[in-house]
Amino acid sequence: MYNTNAMLMLETGVYFKGKIFGHIGETSGEVIFNTGLVGYEEILTDPSYKGQIVVMTYPHIGNYGITYYDFESIEPQVEGFVVSEFSKICSNWQAKHNIEFLFKKYKIVGLENVDTRALTKYIRTKGAMRGIISTETDLKKLYEKVQKVPSIIGQDLVKKVTCKEVYEPFKQKSKDDIITFALTKNPFVDVEERKPEYNVVVVDCGCKYNILRWLKKVGCNLIVVPADTSFEKILSFSPDGVFFSNGPGDPEGVPYVFKTLEKLISYSINNKKYLPIFGICLGCQMMGLAFGGKTYKLKFGHHGINHPVKNFETQKIEITSQNHNFAVEIEEIEGKFYVKGNKELVVTHINLNDYSCEGIEHKSLPIFSVQYHPESAPGPNDSKYLFEKFVKLMEKAKNAKT
Amino acid sequence: MPKRKDIKKILIIGSGPIVIGQACEFDYSGTQAIKALKKEGYKVVLANSNPATIMTDPEFADATYIEPLIPEVLERIIEKERPDALLPTLGGQTGLNLAVKLYEMGILEKYNVELIGAKVDAIRRGEDRKLFKETMAKIGLDLPKSGFAYSLDEAINVAKEVGFPLIIRPSFTLGGTGSKIVFNEEEFVESAKNALQSSMISEILIEEYLNGWKEYELEVMRDCKDNCVIVCTIENFDPMGVHTGDSITVAPAQTLTNKEYQRMRDMAFKCIRAVGVETGGSNIQFAVHPETGRIVIIEMNPRVSRSSALASKATGFPIAKIAALLAVGYTLDEIPNDITKKTPACFEPTIDYVVVKIPKFAFEKFRPVSKDGKKDYSYQILGSQMKSIGEVMAIGRTFKEALQKALRGLEIGRSGLDTETIIEQSINFNEEKKQELFKNIEFKLRNPCRERIFNIKYALMLGKKIEEIYELSGIDKWFINQIKEIVDFEKEVLNLKNKKDTKEFVKTINDAKSYGFSDKQLAKLLSTTEDKIVQFRIKNCIIPNYKVVDTCAAEFESYTPYFYSTYDGVLSKNNFSILKKNDFISCFNESLDYHKNKDKVIVLGSGPNRIGQGIEFDYCCVHAVMSIREEGLEAIMVNCNPETVSTDYDTADKLYFEPITFEDVYNIYKTEEEIAKKTKTKLLGLILQFGGQTPLNISKKLKSYGVKVLGTQPECIALAEDRELFAKVLKKLKLPYPEHGYARSYKEALKIVQQIGYPVIVRPSYVLGGRAMEVIYDEHSLKEYLSELFDNSTITKDTSDVVIIDKFLEDAVELDVDAVCDGKDIFIAGIMEHIEAAGVHSGDSACVIPPISLTTQQINVVYKYVGSLSKELKVKGLMNLQLAIKDGVIYVLEVNPRASRTVPYVSKSIGLPIAKVATKVMLGYKIKDLLEKYNFSQEKILNIGYYTVKEVVLPFQKFADVDIVLSPEMRSTGEVMGIDKTFPLAYAKSQFAAGSNIPINGKILFSLNDKDKQKGLKIAKEFYTLGFQLVATAGTAEFFVKHGIECQKVNKLSEGRPNIVDIISNQEVQLVINTPTGKGKSFSDGFLIRRTATINNIPIITTLEAAKSVIESIKELKKSYNVVNQKLSFEILPLQKWFKTKI
Repeated sequence: MYNTNAMLMLETGVYFKGKIFGHIGETSGEVIFNTGLVGYEEILTDPSYKGQIVVMTYPHIGNYGITYYDFESIEPQVEGFVVSEFSKICSNWQAKHNIEFLFKKYKIVGLENVDTRALTKYIRTKGAMRGIISTETDLKKLYEKVQKVPSIIGQDLVKKVTCKEVYEPFKQKSKDDIITFALTKNPFVDVEERKPEYNVVVVDCGCKYNILRWLKKVGCNLIVVPADTSFEKILSFSPDGVFFSNGPGDPEGVPYVFKTLEKLISYSINNKKYLPIFGICLGCQMMGLAFGGKTYKLKFGHHGINHPVKNFETQKIEITSQNHNFAVEIEEIEGKFYVKGNKELVVTHINLNDYSCEGIEHKSLPIFSVQYHPESAPGPNDSKYLFEKFVKLMEKAKNAKT
Repeated sequence: MPKRKDIKKILIIGSGPIVIGQACEFDYSGTQAIKALKKEGYKVVLANSNPATIMTDPEFADATYIEPLIPEVLERIIEKERPDALLPTLGGQTGLNLAVKLYEMGILEKYNVELIGAKVDAIRRGEDRKLFKETMAKIGLDLPKSGFAYSLDEAINVAKEVGFPLIIRPSFTLGGTGSKIVFNEEEFVESAKNALQSSMISEILIEEYLNGWKEYELEVMRDCKDNCVIVCTIENFDPMGVHTGDSITVAPAQTLTNKEYQRMRDMAFKCIRAVGVETGGSNIQFAVHPETGRIVIIEMNPRVSRSSALASKATGFPIAKIAALLAVGYTLDEIPNDITKKTPACFEPTIDYVVVKIPKFAFEKFRPVSKDGKKDYSYQILGSQMKSIGEVMAIGRTFKEALQKALRGLEIGRSGLDTETIIEQSINFNEEKKQELFKNIEFKLRNPCRERIFNIKYALMLGKKIEEIYELSGIDKWFINQIKEIVDFEKEVLNLKNKKDTKEFVKTINDAKSYGFSDKQLAKLLSTTEDKIVQFRIKNCIIPNYKVVDTCAAEFESYTPYFYSTYDGVLSKNNFSILKKNDFISCFNESLDYHKNKDKVIVLGSGPNRIGQGIEFDYCCVHAVMSIREEGLEAIMVNCNPETVSTDYDTADKLYFEPITFEDVYNIYKTEEEIAKKTKTKLLGLILQFGGQTPLNISKKLKSYGVKVLGTQPECIALAEDRELFAKVLKKLKLPYPEHGYARSYKEALKIVQQIGYPVIVRPSYVLGGRAMEVIYDEHSLKEYLSELFDNSTITKDTSDVVIIDKFLEDAVELDVDAVCDGKDIFIAGIMEHIEAAGVHSGDSACVIPPISLTTQQINVVYKYVGSLSKELKVKGLMNLQLAIKDGVIYVLEVNPRASRTVPYVSKSIGLPIAKVATKVMLGYKIKDLLEKYNFSQEKILNIGYYTVKEVVLPFQKFADVDIVLSPEMRSTGEVMGIDKTFPLAYAKSQFAAGSNIPINGKILFSLNDKDKQKGLKIAKEFYTLGFQLVATAGTAEFFVKHGIECQKVNKLSEGRPNIVDIISNQEVQLVINTPTGKGKSFSDGFLIRRTATINNIPIITTLEAAKSVIESIKELKKSYNVVNQKLSFEILPLQKWFKTKI
C-alpha cells in the first residue's frame, strides 16, 4: 500500500509479488523458511543465515520491535526477509526501534504482503532453492538473474562471518556499542553466573552471542578465534576446552575448520591429553567430517523452535531450536545409531520428526556435539544442560591432569 | 512407556449442565477422551447429567449414566461398575471437585479406584489458592502480593497490608464466582463477606490488583516421563481485570519477545511440575507488567479447561484426546500427531495465522431490578466474574482479518468492526453533543464492556491517538494500531467511490477483504448492496483461499481437513509462475486438494452459544454429520464455535471454521461446487435445519443464489415463523390457536386487548427488541410495558415492527412435541408435558416424557395436528410443536419446522437418535423403512416403560439483583435429565441434578400471592402431613392456621428483625415456596426472598405445579431414605440398560 512494488522470484520461475520494506534494493540467496512465532531479532542477526533469504511463516513480524539486547551478532546477517505483514509500530517495554528502522539502517531488503504459507508450501514440496528479491518488473530478466545466483553447496560462507582477529568478548571494551550492549546487557534466564574457571577457545564460524553468554555463565573464560586459526595457535592459548561454533552454509565448504578439528583430535589421542571439545550446529557437522563421516543437504532444512529431539541417554524429549540445512549421515546397527562409517561416534540425540542426526558423542574421548541450538535464541531453554556437560568434562580433564 | 494394562475400566465424570463458565467445551473434551480410550481397548463408564451432550450418546461409553452428579450417586455408580480408575480432569470444575469429594469421603479408597491424570494432592495444589501460592513461592516464581483470610477481621488486616485496589477471590469456585475488584475499604467489607460465603471452604484470597497488566495463558501438556510441551500461547486483548472467559483473546501471543516468552514457558513447566499434575493438560495464567516486563504467575487449572478447548481448535492439537492417552501411560513421543501422521505429538504446534476469540453476552436477559427506577449500566461492566454465555472464534492470516471475521460471526447484528449510525452522524453534531459522545466513548474505553472493541474504533475515527486509548483502556498499543489500520483502510475504501472499474478498485477491494471487511461492510461504505459486491467479487475472481490448520505452519504435509478462509494470496493464485502454469495452485487454495471423491453434503452449525441456542443444536449437527457419513457421503461442517464437538477436526470429513453468514457460507459452497465439478461428484446440498436460528436467517438468501437446501425448504420454515402468515395456515387447517393481534401503537394494543381480554402475553418483534416477553394482567401493566417500546422507537409501516399480543391461556397444560416427517408419513418421537403451566418459556420449563396427564384421545389429536401441519408446511425432516391444553381444547401455540432444543433430550429419552433419522429422511429415506431399520415403532415411543424429566439450570447466581421468577423470556443456560421408573423419582433426580437439594424433612418457608393462597393450602397440608415445619409471613401463616395447619409466623422486611430474609440467610429453612406477585420489578419482599435463597443455594420453587411435583418426589424419596446414615439411596441404571427395558 505504502511501499514500492517488488517480488521474490525463485529459480523455478515461480514468483511472489509484494511490497518492499526497509531498504529498497535487490538481494538474492537461498530461500528457506522459519516457523518460529517469536525471535525474529535473533534470526535476523544469526550468522548462520548468511547467504539466505528467510521467509517467516508467522504473518505478524516486528510486533515487539528491536531491543538490541537480543542481537546474536554485531549486525543483521540475512540476505533478505520475507513476511506477510511487518508491524508498523512496536509495542514492548524493551523495544528501542521498530523493525523498519533496523532494516533501513543496515540496508536489509524486506518483502511483505506475501502469502508466506503458499511460499512455504512450495519450498517444502520443491526443496530450498535460490531466489531474488527485486523491484525489477520484467519477469524474464529477473528469471535470468536468479539463475546466476550462486548455489549454497560448496560455498565458504564462514569467511564472511567469522571474526577478523582473536578477541576476548567480555573483557575488551568493544569499539561497537552494540556488542557491549548485546553481550552484557541481555536480560538473562534466571541462572546465577559462576566464576570463570576454564579457558575455552571458541572457533568462530559465525558464533551466536548466546553461546558466548552461556559459556560465560557456566564458568568459562573465552578466547574467540577466527575460523581459519591453526590448531597450533589454538593450543597456544592452553585451553581447557575447545568449542566449535555454529555457522552458515555447507560444512564441506570449510575444510580448513574440520581439518583443524581433526588435528586437535589426533593431538589429543597421541598425547593422551584428553582435550574436551564441544560443537554446536556447524560444529557438529565438523565433528562428523573430522571423524570421517559424511554430511548431506536436507530438502528444506530445519528452521524453527519447536523440533522434538530425543535424548537417548535420558530417553526424554527436548523441544529444540534448529537452524541448519545440512546434517551428518547416520546408520542404525542393532537398534543403535552411529555416525555412518564410524562406530566410535555414537548418536546421542535424534530428531523425532525425520530421524535425522541431532547429537553425537565419542565413545571414549570427551568430545561431543549437537546439531540443534542448546543456546536457543530464539527458542526454548530445554537443553542448557549441554553447557554444564561441557564444563563437567573440562573439570574431569583438569582433575585428571593434576 | 506403553499403555497401562493393569487398568481395564475407567470412570469419567462429565461437567453436567451448561452454565456460565462451563459450556460444551467439556462435551468436546469428554467425547474425545472416551473415543480415544475406547480405541485403546478400555471399558469406559460415564456419569453426566446433561442429556444434550454427544458424550452421553449410548454408543460412546460402555455404560452411560445420566444421573445427578452428586457424591451419593457417584458412589452407587462406582459400587456397581467397579472401575479401576477415575479420570477427573476432563469434566471441568465439576468433575474435579467431585473427584476430590469422593476421595475425601473415602469412596475411592473403599472401592480401590485410582485417580489418573491428576492426584488429589496435585488438584489441591492447583485449585486451593493458598497451597498454590505456597508451592509457587517455594520454587521461586514471582506472584502478586497477597494474603489469605478466613474471617472478615482477618480479611481487613490483609487488605491493609496489600493495599488498594485489590482483588478478592474465593477458593474453590467456578468461573470466578464471587471474585471482585475493590477500590476502597467500604466496598471491600461487603465483597469480602460475599466471597467468604461463596467459597466451598470459606477461604478467600486478597491480592494485589494487577490493573492494566498484560494477561497471557499457556496450555501445557506433561507426560509420565516428565516431558513437557506448550501447545498454545494466548494473549488477552483485554488486560488484567476482565475474566479471561469474558476477554477477547488472541492466539498466539503477539507482543512478547522471544526471551520473555521463553521465561514464561520455563515458569509454566516449573509450575506444572511443582503442582504435580502427572499427565495431561493444564492451563497456566500469567500477567506481565507492560512497562517493566515483570512476569507473575496468576493461576493454573490442573485439568482441561475452556482455554484448552480454544487452544485445541486454534492449533489443531487435540488436547483432550492426548490428555486421555497420557493418563493411561503413553508418553508424548509414542502418540502420533494425527495431523501430520508422521511426526509425534511431543512437539510444540506452531501456527501461521491468527486466532481471535470473542465472548458473547446476554445482558438484555438479565437486567437487574432497579433500586430507584434509574437505568443502570454497571451490570454490563466486565470484571473478574465471568458473565458471557458463549464465544466465537475466527481464524485469519492477520489479526485484522480474524478480528473482523469473529465480529461478524458473533451474531450481534454487526458485519465486522463497523460503525454505528450515531458515529457517522457525529460530524454534524454541535460541540455539546460531541462532548457527550466523547464522554460516552471514554467511559466505555475505561470500563471494560462488550462494546469496548467498537469504541476503540470510534475513538480512533474521532481523532484520538493510540497513546490516549492505551492510557484509558490499558489495551496493548499493538492491538490498537491494528484497529487503526482498519480505520485507515476504511478511508481508502471510501476513496474508491469515484474510481469504479479501475485496476486499483479490484486491488483495493481485495486488500479490504484481506483486512477482514465483509461484503456487507464494503457495501455500506460504498453505498451499494451486498449483492453487488458479491457479484463484483465473483466477476473478478476475488474468492477466498482456504488454508489448512496443520500444527506445523506448512512445514510438513498434513492430512487433517480443517480449513479457514483468507484473502491472503488471492490475487497471486492465478499468476505466479513465468514458466508453464503448474499445479501448485493448491499452495494457495489448499481446500481444492482435500476431498473424498464422494458426493457431498454441507451442514451449517449454530454459531456461538447463547440462551436458547446452545449445545442442543451442536448435538443435532454432529448427529447430522454422523448420519451423512454413515450413508457413505462426504460430510462438510461449517461452524465458528470453538467449544463444540462439531468443530473437532475428526467429526466431519471436512471442517470449515468459518462464521455462519451468507457471504462465508456461499464462498464455501462455491468452492465445494468447484471441487465437485473437478472430481465429478455431486454437491447434494446444504442442511440448515439443525443449527437453530443462525442458518435459517440466511437460508432464503442462499436459496436465491441457487444453493440447494436439503429437507424442509426455507420458505416453509419462514411461513411458520411469520406469526401473521402462520395464523392463516392454522385457520385454514381449522386448528385452534389463542386469539391474538398485532399492534403498532398503544391505541391498537388496547383495542386488541379489549377484544380478547386479559390476561395477554405480549412480545415485541425483533425490530423493536429490548423488552422481554411478558404476561400482562391489567391495563396499567400493559401501558408500562408498551410505553418504553413505543416511545423510544419510530414506528414505521414495516410489518415486522409490531408488538404481538396473544390471549394468555392461564393454567393451561403445555406440551412440546418433536416429530420427524418425510412428506408422507410422520413419526412422533416425543410428547413432552411441561411441569410448569403455560406462561413459562418452554426452554425454561421442566418437562416429562411420556406425558403424565394426557389421555389417549388427546394423544390422537396431537398426532392429527402433526399430520396436517407437516403436510401443509411440506416438512421434510424435524418439526417441533408447542401446544397448550385448556379446558379440554388443544391449542397450537407455535410450530418450528426444524430441529428444536429438545431433540437431544427426546433422543436420550426414547433411545433413538432422531436427528440422525431426520437427516436420513432429508437424504431421501422413508420413515417407515428407517423405523424398521432401528427396530422402532410409534407405539413403543408412547410406552417406554420409564420416565425422564428434563430440568433447566438458570444463571441467576452470576447476575446480582436479577429476579429469578420464571417468565415467557427464556433465561436458562442448560439442562439436566432425571430418569427413573416413576415420575416422582425421575423428577427428584432432575432436581438433584440441577443442584436443587430437595429436603425430606425440615422447615419450609411459604410466601404465596393472594391468588395462589387457596391452591397453596392443599400443598401446605401435604408438606405438613409429610412432617415438615411450615414458616410464613403473617397473611399466609394466619390463613394456614385458620385452616388447621400449624405454621410459624415470621416478620416481613418492614416488620422488624429477624425477618424473612434473615431466616433464609441463616439457612434456617430447607425449602422456599414463593409465588410471585406482579412482575417483581421492585425490591419487594418477594424479590429479596428469591434472591437470598438463590445466593444461599436453598431450593426455591416459584410455581405451585412444581411444588406438587416436589411433594410427589419427597414421598417417593422417603421410602428409600436410610435413617441410620441419613442418606438417600438412589437406584441407578445406565442408559444402555434403560433402552433395553422390557415394556
